[in-house]
Amino acid sequence: MSKQHITTTLNGEPTEFLCDTRQTLLDTLRNELRLTGTKEGCATGDCGACTVLLDGKATCSCLVLGVEAEGKDIQTIEGVAHEGELHPLQTAFLNNAALQCGVCTPGIIVAAKALLETHPNPTEKEVRYWLSGNLCRCTGYDKIIHAVMDAASAMRGEQP
Amino acid sequence: MSAKTTYKWIGSSPVRPDGVDKVTGRANFGADHSEPGMIYGKVLRSPIAHGRIQSINLTPALQVPGVLAAICGDDFPDADAVQGMSSGESPADMRDIARNVMARDKVLYHGHPIAAVAAMSPEIADEALKHIQVTYEALPPVLNLDQAMAKDAPLLHEDQITRGLPKKPTQASNIAAVLNLKRGDLETGFSQADIIIEETYTTPTAHQGYIEPHAVIARCNEDGRAAIWCCTQGPFVVRSLSAQVLGWDMGRIKVTPSEIGGGFGGKTTIYLEPLAVKLAEKSGRPVKMVMSREDVFRATGPTSASRTHVKLGMNKAGKITAADVKLECEAGAFKGSPMQTACMTALTCYDLENFNITGYDVVVNKPKAAAYRAPGAPLTAFAVESAIDQAAKRLGLDPIDIRLNNAAKEGTVAPYGAKFPPIGLVETLQAAKAHPHYCAPLKPNQGRGIASGFWFNAGMQSSAAINLNENGTATVITASPDIGGSRASMALMTAETLGIPYADVNAIVADTEAAGYCDVTGGSRTTFATGRAVIMAAEKVIVSLRERAAALWELKPEQVEWRDGQAHPDSEASAGADIKPLSLAELALSAAKTGGPISAKASLTAQGAGGGFGTQICDVEVDPETGKTEIIRFTVIQDAGKAIHRAYVEGQLQGGAVQGIGWALNEEYIYDEKGCMQNASFLDYRMPVALDLPMIDTVIVEVPNPNHPFGVRGVGETPIVPALAAVANAIDSAVDARMTDLPINPPKLLKQLSTA
Repeated sequence: MSKQHITTTLNGEPTEFLCDTRQTLLDTLRNELRLTGTKEGCATGDCGACTVLLDGKATCSCLVLGVEAEGKDIQTIEGVAHEGELHPLQTAFLNNAALQCGVCTPGIIVAAKALLETHPNPTEKEVRYWLSGNLCRCTGYDKIIHAVMDAASAMRGEQP
Repeated sequence: MSAKTTYKWIGSSPVRPDGVDKVTGRANFGADHSEPGMIYGKVLRSPIAHGRIQSINLTPALQVPGVLAAICGDDFPDADAVQGMSSGESPADMRDIARNVMARDKVLYHGHPIAAVAAMSPEIADEALKHIQVTYEALPPVLNLDQAMAKDAPLLHEDQITRGLPKKPTQASNIAAVLNLKRGDLETGFSQADIIIEETYTTPTAHQGYIEPHAVIARCNEDGRAAIWCCTQGPFVVRSLSAQVLGWDMGRIKVTPSEIGGGFGGKTTIYLEPLAVKLAEKSGRPVKMVMSREDVFRATGPTSASRTHVKLGMNKAGKITAADVKLECEAGAFKGSPMQTACMTALTCYDLENFNITGYDVVVNKPKAAAYRAPGAPLTAFAVESAIDQAAKRLGLDPIDIRLNNAAKEGTVAPYGAKFPPIGLVETLQAAKAHPHYCAPLKPNQGRGIASGFWFNAGMQSSAAINLNENGTATVITASPDIGGSRASMALMTAETLGIPYADVNAIVADTEAAGYCDVTGGSRTTFATGRAVIMAAEKVIVSLRERAAALWELKPEQVEWRDGQAHPDSEASAGADIKPLSLAELALSAAKTGGPISAKASLTAQGAGGGFGTQICDVEVDPETGKTEIIRFTVIQDAGKAIHRAYVEGQLQGGAVQGIGWALNEEYIYDEKGCMQNASFLDYRMPVALDLPMIDTVIVEVPNPNHPFGVRGVGETPIVPALAAVANAIDSAVDARMTDLPINPPKLLKQLSTA
């Protein structure tokens, strides 16, 4: 089967790639573009480890075909830190010890970024609701929720 | 060894050394590694739960374009030739492991590997699996304890004779082993009781639920050596087990542990590794194999379903007079459920004169059980802690007081024979009683549950090396995979011992050829045992540093003291002399002139892990219309001995409790009558999500373990142990419904409420 030529914007940069029409966006990112920060936990859209932003919307990249990314803007965990600076969410995850094994962390940070871009001042309940598509088996979510709330506060310019 | 009380670094919560890699997506987990020329392996799995293999024909699969290798049981040494027990926390029979990773004469569960292929792409490999021709003689599946133990039950293993009975039976059985622990006299004990609680409690098959599926890349070189990259809790265990299954000298294999995306015990054994090596050998190409989530559910883990019968006698004062516990535990397809540890931990929180504990290890046509966080302990703790709650309710006694009345303490002889050194159960119960949570008001349909739990914690073998860099920083090298922040613990203990800043220490996890032997990251042993190796290595570095300073000062090494990261001449040597202390950085910089680079390594078999005890307070609200239980407040109290990295200790307490909450309320394997799991996905195997939970409060009690320089006890496993009963006890307190069969999902609780 011949591969398709796809043109996208990936982490802010114009990016072209070839992909098999059967490949998911997740497979394309990991196997064709070698961006392995986006993780596969289930490939059925249940765990959120593969979350990316597709035109700004948090999306399970295992549920989208690579060819569907044509003309779209894709943001992955690799694009969250910018010009050598960690994003406030990344800093908050480190300071709150909000990861243990760390495999769910990229998906959760990307999903939380989408939340904070539209809801700069979320309640605890809103953060829990928003992240309920992202499974974490290590932490019990406590420190993750604290980290997202701390990052939101930092992004609003409040002193810690 | 003495426990110092004030520390510069121990007990703080700095950012972990591998933190930035893990928040930027840079960290390489099992499936993230690639090799040039790599191809992809896939496994054909049994479509039936029990059967005899009549024939396997791989040839049609090999004819699919793009397929480079195909293997089945015939490609491995005869399983009967693989003898002995595996090393590690839960030793397993090597013959069983060989037959579990690739079926030989029989398939024993739905999902049992029967063949594997390697092809140019995962899609081609999947296609090729459809062309493998297998014929089976289907046998009736044995799917639960009653079926397995029935007279004339179909046998999984025709040569399995029950072990542990006074007289060796002559007939084969699905009961692999029986264990009995007892003390005193039950009859006398029960005759002294004012009340007797008698109940049967059941728990379902449950999975560890790590988010990262098993993944491996294997490469075979032309010189006969192989390299394995995989996500594992123990690279040396992978090397040893894979070599035995392959019939290779283990010196031919190097194992590099990737970052690991959760394990909880489930990655202490092997599944794909020898298959990938064999496919790589046959194809001449590096082979990557990654399990699907469905494969993970059907063919790895899980922990055992169980049935525990408890008879508990208690007097009016709330003292347990006798306890009789009978546990039956599903091992899955091969012997080795956590029956033994479930029995050993069943009554260990209490100081009892009369008890009898009997356990049965029973094989069924389900995946072979693997270790899961405090293996076995949650099963019997759910039963015993529920029964104690029922007794407290019957007698009108406070559930914490009733536990304090019977609590094990220093000097108590545990049911498994050990005499306890200092332990912290009483301290956790007292902390629970003093916690504001315990007296907070409750509303209608809300209730509060208490439960305690115990886990042994392990020691086992560990090694560590420390290299000082010429700028005075240090690198710590171990082969203990970092599953929850252990690099930070190793760096903290190094910084504290050497007296240098935490930021000057880097801790790394190395492969089996770069690091000394370490047993698995499991048994809550890493901070205790590998930590001791790290401290020993740091102490050797200090010996070197004193020698170097002595050489520069023309003193004897014993005239040099090490304090606050500096060498000081002792008071005698410094009297009348103007000698400035030399810092570690100064000594490292001048090392070339004083004897060369400064490094040290240490290895040990760590004894005296120090048992871990915990108590939990759970508040629930039950919706009487739907039967749904919501956890509204939860407090985890545990003796950590000494918390090295405080936030990661809290994280273990929170994560362990939440796994227990999931097990209590939702998680279970659901099978059809043919033995096919019906819910092999994260959608249908319902683990807790963020919205299901409140914040999880923690209280770290510190009763130092005398066998660790800083007082460390393991903390990882204990927190799952009390959680199941804490939830069940809270539900009973809320709606007067004693739930004895997990999970307590809405339909089950609704049914109970409607029949009450």
